[in-house]
Amino acid sequence: MFPKGTKRKFSDSGEEPAGGGGGGGEQGPAAPSAAAARALTSSYSLQRQSLLDMSLIKLQLCHMLVEPNLCRSVLIANTVRQIQEEMTQDGTWQIMTQALAAAQCPADRLVATEVLCRQTDPAAQAGQSPKPFSVVGLEEGYHSEEVVMEGEVETEVTMSTLSAVPPQLSSASYLAGPFGMGPCWEDEEDDGGCDEDEEEDSEECASEGEDGERDRLSPDSRTGEQVFGTFEIKHPAPPADPALEELFSDVDPSYYDLDTVLTGMQSAPKMGPYDLLENLSSHGPTALSSSSNCRSDLNELDHIMEIIVGS
Amino acid sequence: MEEESDTRKINNSFLRDHNYATEADIISTVEFNSSGELLATGDKGGRVVVFQREQESKTQPQRRGEYNVYSTFQSHEPEFDYLKSLEIEEKINKIKWLPQQNAAYFLLSTNDKTVKLWKISERDKRPEGYNLKDDDGRIRDPSTITSLRVPVLQPMDLMVEATARRVFSNAHTYHINSISVNSDLQTFISTDDLRVNLWNLEITDRSFNIVDIKPANMEELTEVITSAEFHPQHCHTFAYSSSKGSIRLCDMRQAALCDRHCKYFEEPEDPSTRSFFSEIISSISDVKFSHNGRYLMTRDYLTVKVWDLQMENKPLETYQVHDYLRGKLCSLYENDCIFDKFECVWNGSDSVIMTGSYNNFFRMFDRNTKRDVTLEASRENSKPRAILKPRKVCVGGKRRKDEISVDSLDFSKKILHTTWHPHENIIAVAATNNLYIFQDKVN
Repeated sequence: MFPKGTKRKFSDSGEEPAGGGGGGGEQGPAAPSAAAARALTSSYSLQRQSLLDMSLIKLQLCHMLVEPNLCRSVLIANTVRQIQEEMTQDGTWQIMTQALAAAQCPADRLVATEVLCRQTDPAAQAGQSPKPFSVVGLEEGYHSEEVVMEGEVETEVTMSTLSAVPPQLSSASYLAGPFGMGPCWEDEEDDGGCDEDEEEDSEECASEGEDGERDRLSPDSRTGEQVFGTFEIKHPAPPADPALEELFSDVDPSYYDLDTVLTGMQSAPKMGPYDLLENLSSHGPTALSSSSNCRSDLNELDHIMEIIVGS
Repeated sequence: MEEESDTRKINNSFLRDHNYATEADIISTVEFNSSGELLATGDKGGRVVVFQREQESKTQPQRRGEYNVYSTFQSHEPEFDYLKSLEIEEKINKIKWLPQQNAAYFLLSTNDKTVKLWKISERDKRPEGYNLKDDDGRIRDPSTITSLRVPVLQPMDLMVEATARRVFSNAHTYHINSISVNSDLQTFISTDDLRVNLWNLEITDRSFNIVDIKPANMEELTEVITSAEFHPQHCHTFAYSSSKGSIRLCDMRQAALCDRHCKYFEEPEDPSTRSFFSEIISSISDVKFSHNGRYLMTRDYLTVKVWDLQMENKPLETYQVHDYLRGKLCSLYENDCIFDKFECVWNGSDSVIMTGSYNNFFRMFDRNTKRDVTLEASRENSKPRAILKPRKVCVGGKRRKDEISVDSLDFSKKILHTTWHPHENIIAVAATNNLYIFQDKVN
């Protein structure tokens, strides 16, 4: 989907939100001062994030229907793709897992961190200037405050043990989400590398068929798969497009928000697939992630999910 | 004029937006026949109500134009697809009249999956005096029959019968969004999200798939068909619109499968107004050929466009329907209004176009004078024979007395379906569960 290996060029000039305002009207003129620009971008990022969250809720709801309104589902899915594309371009997508760390660091340091910019960046080609990462980090910081911490951290841990982490990956990188332990900044290089590894891995795995694929996926990409599975219930889902996996590889905050919104149960974030995942798995967070165990559990989970969503 | 007072309020907007609630009375389509003498509505409860225009009266010439209920029948029933464990709604998605060829009227009605051909005919006489059955229709005991008589037709009160003549089913995997009768009067097309099927009106057990945009892998699906219509004169030409804002014109003479269009109408995106919602608001909800067959009209979320069939790269005319909503797209996305499918219609001479909006407003655009008007279909404002006052929506700043602010628009009151009499200035406007019929002022 995006060319790999292109070096990102980072410019700290006053950012104009790329791709137009989320709500249409809030796209102000480029602010003269860097601070104002950052504020502007921050609000833009927030809006974009909430739009993404909202779209994912809608897709989830679509998926609950046996025969959703296809036109609507397609339009929402395209919107998600578009947001993902833009977030990939400005780097937000890749560094979302390090958001908390970013929030703790001064912006200048972030800007100077070339490591962050190693991922692909078609933004330069597209003539769009990426946004400062610090802002995104701050946004994520806020984001994590909105959700209930206890349950999530716990769930997060479970998730990371369940997803078959390639041996060379430290589990810290998975925990480094908004709710995570906040890895120190030096971890980035590893993480960046891992991200790429992961992507390549998943591409290789795609040929192994569905099961292998699913084992490889993080639980969130699973969500994505289900979301896009909305379009076709009659046939078994083909191996997911790596781009799509990537697309949903970091939607935990939104997901939990969704749950909060949908169920109205602020203190019970364990609803939906995650809940199942946890209950099904006899392994607690302490259990080591044996790949085969996970596989059977996940298959079981898949089966139950299929029943639940009526596919 | 149908005036239903029962408006079931559903507070949960989620339910309302997703049609989970059975609000059977909500009108889901409205259509004049080719002479304008009849007007049909379909509703979410699967019923079709046909109105007939009152005959001219010498004593009360001003009453000319009143439409009265002519026939009501249940066109579709809720069904259950046991294979997919799926309920098929009875909601009538579209009604299309066939041109009248004899005393009876024919119309096609469709729900999500099944198209039906209905015959509506009058009966004012009934046969009496059968030999083998009595007046109630019971078979008589042959031993009691002692003499033969000739049955006779006796006059009776006028009765309008609707009978289902054909049922065209099992051809659509997705939801049928439109049907269109061909000018050859023998075929019609039915269109769902991904396919267009061609039927012969006489044959129900087979149809020809003439457009199929379903990708091999459904995860690659990024575009759906939103509407399709036959050219009013050229029986080999039809157009279909897509969720990406384009219209394709296809010629059935070129190949059996019209996957390749012969014309492709699309307007390049304006980068200055680009947003995440650009694609959603450019999705075409309705496409209509002009009566003369020279133009196409398309409705997207914020505009209605007129295209010349000879010019593919941009529309001939673009009319803003409710541009004041451009700044509210995020909330309209949130409450799902952005997916509302507004229809659009031409007047009889193709000089005026009409389409709906929110707050029970509908818009008319005069193509010659470039004047436009916003009118409201509401019970408060439209007493019988009252003159409609133009309405104005004020965008920010000071609001004048007769203006309504954007923030106070009621987005649950939307006019999605309208129709225009083929020859006269009479329009029918469906506002939720009410049907309003307006006409030019009678002198």
